Amino acid sequence: MALPARLTTEFTELLTHYPKKQAALIPILHRCQEELGGWISPQTMEDCAEFLGLEAVEVYGVASFYPMFRMRPPGKHVVSVCHNISCALRGADDLLAQVCEITGAAPHHTSADGRFTVATVECQGACANAPMFDLDGVYHEDLTPEKVVKIFGGLDGGK
Amino acid sequence: MSNYPTYLLDRAKITDAHTLAVAQKHGAYEALRKVLKEGISYAEVIRVVKDSGLRGRGGAGFSTGMKWSFMPDPVTDPRPRYLAINADESEPGTCKDRVLMEQDPHGFLEGCLLSAYAIRAKVIYIYVRGEYRAPYNRVLAAIAQARAAGLIGKKILGSDFDCEVWMHKGAGAYICGEETGLMESLEGKRGHPRPKPPFPAAFGLWGQPTTVNNVETVFNAPFIVLRGAEWFKSMGTKTSTGNLLVGVSGHVNRPGVYELPFGVSCREILEDVCGGVWKQRKLKGFLPGGSSTGVLTAAFIDTPMEHDAIKQTGSMLGTAAMIVMDETACMVRAHEIIARFYEHESCGQCSQCREGTQWLHQIFHRIEHGKGRMEDIDMLVTLSRGMAPAKTICALSDAAAIPTLAAVQHFRGEFEDHVKQACCPFLPAGTKRPVFAGAH
Ligand SMILES: Cc1cc2nc3c(=O)[nH]c(=O)nc-3n(C[C@H](O)[C@H](O)[C@H](O)COP(=O)(O)O)c2cc1C
Ligand code: SF4
Ligand code: FES
Repeated sequence: MALPARLTTEFTELLTHYPKKQAALIPILHRCQEELGGWISPQTMEDCAEFLGLEAVEVYGVASFYPMFRMRPPGKHVVSVCHNISCALRGADDLLAQVCEITGAAPHHTSADGRFTVATVECQGACANAPMFDLDGVYHEDLTPEKVVKIFGGLDGGK
Repeated sequence: MSNYPTYLLDRAKITDAHTLAVAQKHGAYEALRKVLKEGISYAEVIRVVKDSGLRGRGGAGFSTGMKWSFMPDPVTDPRPRYLAINADESEPGTCKDRVLMEQDPHGFLEGCLLSAYAIRAKVIYIYVRGEYRAPYNRVLAAIAQARAAGLIGKKILGSDFDCEVWMHKGAGAYICGEETGLMESLEGKRGHPRPKPPFPAAFGLWGQPTTVNNVETVFNAPFIVLRGAEWFKSMGTKTSTGNLLVGVSGHVNRPGVYELPFGVSCREILEDVCGGVWKQRKLKGFLPGGSSTGVLTAAFIDTPMEHDAIKQTGSMLGTAAMIVMDETACMVRAHEIIARFYEHESCGQCSQCREGTQWLHQIFHRIEHGKGRMEDIDMLVTLSRGMAPAKTICALSDAAAIPTLAAVQHFRGEFEDHVKQACCPFLPAGTKRPVFAGAH
């Protein structure tokens, strides 16, 4: 298998930004994760390696270093709850407990129905608006239990 | 609230300042225009920035003009050279660069371009932490607008200054905020910091001369170029000049990112700017500049927020990210979290750091969860002294060790109470700290 043509076109342009091909690896992995199922599959790693002229093991070595790259397929929605100091001081423990209860997922696990993956993450740079989580790539800040109920209630058309 | 002259966030407060039209109406790119139209030399730009006393806002506080002057002369060293902008912003408590990128991306880009001009770089990489999607998209859109207007690319504004700007996403590793870790990461590798020397000005990205600057640092440059070094020095203190963004988080009524001159007291920040400690409670302590800076007790609240004064307390200004803790906060728990963070983020190259951060976290954890021994408290100190100062490739090890030493120094009694009572005295009776399966 190879990368889809729309991605290779995009990545070919990306290569022009750098004097060496490998520099495009992390941006490429991001785009693959976004476009190819929300994770970096072994196949994706092989395809990226081939595209960049690297060994698959080199790609794995890099991908596995970075917490944002997922090595397993996630649920339909991904909730990343910050549990670092500023958020912890303003109720991150309770927030995480509430998110786990609503989603039915334990931290770093996916709910049985496959709908949610919950993760704890380190500081997201939203400390003055703590506590916070990132839901599918969008920050939700200054969270209260009521706001959290509303956010999840509004997902997937309120299902 | 106190009235000080401002400039950093002025444009950010204007509606739609992220668009080129509005930004230009409010002064964006004026400094760049002046430099290019009047043919002000790069040496002159470096001189005025050096004279202004501008110090890096990324945490170390190094003189920016000095750093720029370390770049080799392009006549004798014609290798390609790079400016890398550090927008990794991952130090817990720090959330300021994001405001500049999101609210005033053109002001930020102008700062990048002027800095590149000063060091004669033709390519700028902006390394943004991967989680910052909104700031990334804002800057990316601003780059497209600026390029279409002839402000980026070949022969900028008709001058012979060529400069390209590329955005580059990180992927969630704190260590890539360390400048050599950043360069490794930008090259598409694991973010393992490099031993220094060689310094980036001699051997940086792909082995070429490189300067790494923080977002807020370069953001200051256009103002200095337009208004002069004397104007800049009229704000702040003798050795910490200008205004800085202070991010306040934790137990305060009005957390936020505020623009203040260096030298305003931490009390003024807490009480006047942020409306005091929340819930009518008393202050127990605060970290003055992010998770890597040693905690201070309430007795230090009159310390001016500037490099020298904070240093005299034994702590550091860091990123001026003030994390405030009220009387109900548990210092052991707070430092357990901080220690967990450094364990998670250590890149593992140096044994002192790799092993030390694990041990620190385990010991904090056991004390907090009622399983600590009295000897553990001294063990924290012994371990930390083995990890710092400057014993490892980069300063992450110091960043883990120094807050530990400060916590034990200032709050030893709290550690002893945990051990004596075999539990955390700040938890209501009968409750437990949540420990989540799988949570790291
Ligand atoms: C572990 C570690 C993490 C760092 N993270 C950041 C960061 O997220 N952003 C930043 O600007 N500087 C960070 N720094 C500081 C950089 O190494 C570097 O000093 C800075 O980017 C230089 O820019 P300046 O001179 O403009 O401040 C970090 C340093 C260390 C040791
Ligand atoms: S001090 Fe820690 S983070 Fe820095 S290079 Fe050594 S092991 Fe890596
Ligand atoms: S500590 Fe949670 S966003 Fe910074």
